[in-house]
Amino acid sequence: MRAFKLVFHPEKCKGCELCRSVCPKGVIGMAAQVNQKGYHPACAVNPEACIGCQSCALMCPDGAIEIYQKEEGDQ
Amino acid sequence: MKPIFEYTKGMTDMPTHYCPGCTHGIAHRIIMEVLEEMGELGNTIGVAPIGCSVMAHQYMNVDMCEAAHGRAPAVASGIRRVHPDKMVFTYQGDGDLASIGTAEIIHAAVRGEKFTTFFINNGIYGMTGGQMAPTTLIGQKSTTSQEGRSKELNGMPIKMSEMISTIDGAVYVERVALDSPAHVRKAKQAVRRAFEIQKKGLGFTLIEFLSTCPTNWGLTPVKALDWVREKVIPYYPLGVMCEPKEDEQA
Repeated sequence: MRAFKLVFHPEKCKGCELCRSVCPKGVIGMAAQVNQKGYHPACAVNPEACIGCQSCALMCPDGAIEIYQKEEGDQ
Repeated sequence: MKPIFEYTKGMTDMPTHYCPGCTHGIAHRIIMEVLEEMGELGNTIGVAPIGCSVMAHQYMNVDMCEAAHGRAPAVASGIRRVHPDKMVFTYQGDGDLASIGTAEIIHAAVRGEKFTTFFINNGIYGMTGGQMAPTTLIGQKSTTSQEGRSKELNGMPIKMSEMISTIDGAVYVERVALDSPAHVRKAKQAVRRAFEIQKKGLGFTLIEFLSTCPTNWGLTPVKALDWVREKVIPYYPLGVMCEPKEDEQA
């Protein structure tokens, strides 16, 4: 059971891949489709592996990543 | 679900105009996060510079003022003197602070003006298309140093933090980098300490951020971070250049 949930805002993302480069668990990949600006936004390709280290969100220059911790009873 | 990382309320909803991977966004965010955590968002006045971050006043959710090129320290001095109870900061790039505004920043430090300057050092003029800045490294190519900067022709890159730290009025000067999550965490601690020292009214504080310009460096955002680690940090060593003595902090 995964304990963390990554929320991406694809319209804020500029596809710079800084989040993907710093993720220690290979959670993040780039989407095949483009957003309104024409960038391939970041998305979670392996969300179960997330350890909640926040490295991706710390390096995101555009505030496109939010992280939540799942609590008991959450779906 | 419990949020463990949310985008700070100190930033507006407006999307930034910065290039993909530009570390201006990280610097903006950590400054605003610290102000939010200190509960000072409604008590802060910022001064935006000329350069890529000329539009910072639209992204930072605090009262902001715009200054002429390099003159942000002069404007901030006036604001802090008229409003001694407010938190005041300037946000300046290297073309703004280390070139046209050198006199302003030096004399603001000499007078010990009680505001904080955030100095974004990416070693190039970003907004105008990648010209050589005073902070451009030896051998680094730009549109006005196409063979790379040479020591004979252009001199050595200027080390502003070291220079300002020799001035008595500057009580806290630290250089940080934005190239890795660990360094971003340290940068945020430095920003917090600078604001706390400003609040005590001890004197002038300056934080230099080693930053990237992937577009004008001609690198991908990820390779630009590697370049900061391999080339920029060895010339501009990180760390605290000067800090208040313990008895002054009490």
